[in-house]
Amino acid sequence: MAFNIYDFTTLTKSIHEGLTASYSATTTLIIEWTIVGVAYLLFVALFGLFLVYAERKVCAAFQQRMGPMRVGPWGLLQTIADFIKLLMKELITPKEADKFLYNLAPFIVIIVSFLVISVIPFAPGLQTFDFDIGIFFVTAVSSVGVIGILLAGWSSNNKYSLIGAMRSGAQIVSYELSVGLSLITIIILAGTMQISGLVEGQREMWFIFKGHIPALIAFVVFIIAGTAETNRGPFDLAEAESELTAGFHTEYSGIKFAFFFLAEYINLFIVAAMATTVFLGGWMPLHFGNFESFNQIMDLIPGLFWFFFKVLGVIFLMMWFKWTFPRLRVDQILNLEWKYLLPINLFNILLMAAVVLFGLHF
Amino acid sequence: MKSVIAYITEILKGIWTLLTGMRVTAKYFFTPWKHITQQYPENRQTLKIAERFRGEVIMPHDENNEHKCTGCGICEINCPNGSIEIISKSVMTEEGKKRRAIDQHIYHLGMCTFCNLCIKACPTGAIVMGQKFEHAVWDRTSLTKVLNQPGSKIMEGVKD
Repeated sequence: MAFNIYDFTTLTKSIHEGLTASYSATTTLIIEWTIVGVAYLLFVALFGLFLVYAERKVCAAFQQRMGPMRVGPWGLLQTIADFIKLLMKELITPKEADKFLYNLAPFIVIIVSFLVISVIPFAPGLQTFDFDIGIFFVTAVSSVGVIGILLAGWSSNNKYSLIGAMRSGAQIVSYELSVGLSLITIIILAGTMQISGLVEGQREMWFIFKGHIPALIAFVVFIIAGTAETNRGPFDLAEAESELTAGFHTEYSGIKFAFFFLAEYINLFIVAAMATTVFLGGWMPLHFGNFESFNQIMDLIPGLFWFFFKVLGVIFLMMWFKWTFPRLRVDQILNLEWKYLLPINLFNILLMAAVVLFGLHF
Repeated sequence: MKSVIAYITEILKGIWTLLTGMRVTAKYFFTPWKHITQQYPENRQTLKIAERFRGEVIMPHDENNEHKCTGCGICEINCPNGSIEIISKSVMTEEGKKRRAIDQHIYHLGMCTFCNLCIKACPTGAIVMGQKFEHAVWDRTSLTKVLNQPGSKIMEGVKD
């Protein structure tokens, strides 16, 4: 099959060769690290700002409002103005707060987001780390984020923050299980945990189509559990504005609050990107088995575009959840996980194993 | 077996109700021309205010500068927070009788809660609610208004 999607390894290789020609190996490494770091920082900041704007606009449309309209055309500069405001605000530390943990917590949360984002393949060759155990790395590292939330709630010396953090802890510990199991369902089908291998395995057909019923169930479970993981949508009881005055980040202000806020939206992106990579083919174009001409037309669209198209689609779905469903209570959240998602997931793994064993997939 | 069926139907029912909710919000999302909020200062020319909107108390005058107010003071009595002050005078009619008439119908917009009680109580229908809502002023003394226009007099045939 003709495959002419632009591969970013040519670009990265040429940069690497250019640098090694004029610098020593150590300097090259440092320069490359700096480039990658700056690129990720820029991406996270800009995409975070865009997501905040998108969320406000989408939310407004779901509630028959208009959203931000005043700053810039259609309010496009609104989030930039908000960000500047946040940067200028005073950093307040509560009197009896545990100073060290209080200052550490936002960094843990945002560092975890950066760690996970590093394994996401944006386009062919545009991936920083490609571990053999990529999926395992994602699930393992993303659950460290809850430590930051717990620390923030604990060190703030605020009852509401502590309650919010505890709720968040209970919620994330529960839903980690569903995220992991729904990913395992696809790993059974793909036969690899390496993220580039997963994307490569979807060249002919995306896993959500290839694995039909069990893959679809796994996708739905992953989206529900992923929404819960990000403390969003109907599962936002950890930062319920009306009950807990924003939960674990009540006491934070200025740039530290911005870190939590940004991390929340980057986690939204991570969940959407993982759903895209694992279920919807990552940067792979939409291919149907034998329609050669259709497949070739789809190949003309660059991988980066495919990736972001799918990611934004999943993000839209999650925003749709958030602005439609009412918030769950703590007992309802735990019921949903332990009485419904977990049994369904275990049964689904069995189903997927049978499907793979008897070759019933496409 | 029964409980398993109940479990599965419960899940399917739950999914169905969630989809019902999502259908409603999707309808809102994909019909942006039906959005309720408006861009206010831009749409001043096309703004439509409902007939029953209570913007302020006004006293309509006809082309001869005549109103229907007899100066009876019932609106003043009915006003719960004293926004209306009636200053009446006595005038001589053509038959040489003394008759009460309105001198100044003073309306404190800043104190008004737009409860509509004065309009309901008015026996002659002299005052109504107007639709104007842009009441911001630089000086609060301009919130005190005299509703009857200078030189106006009562319409023929209006009696209390």
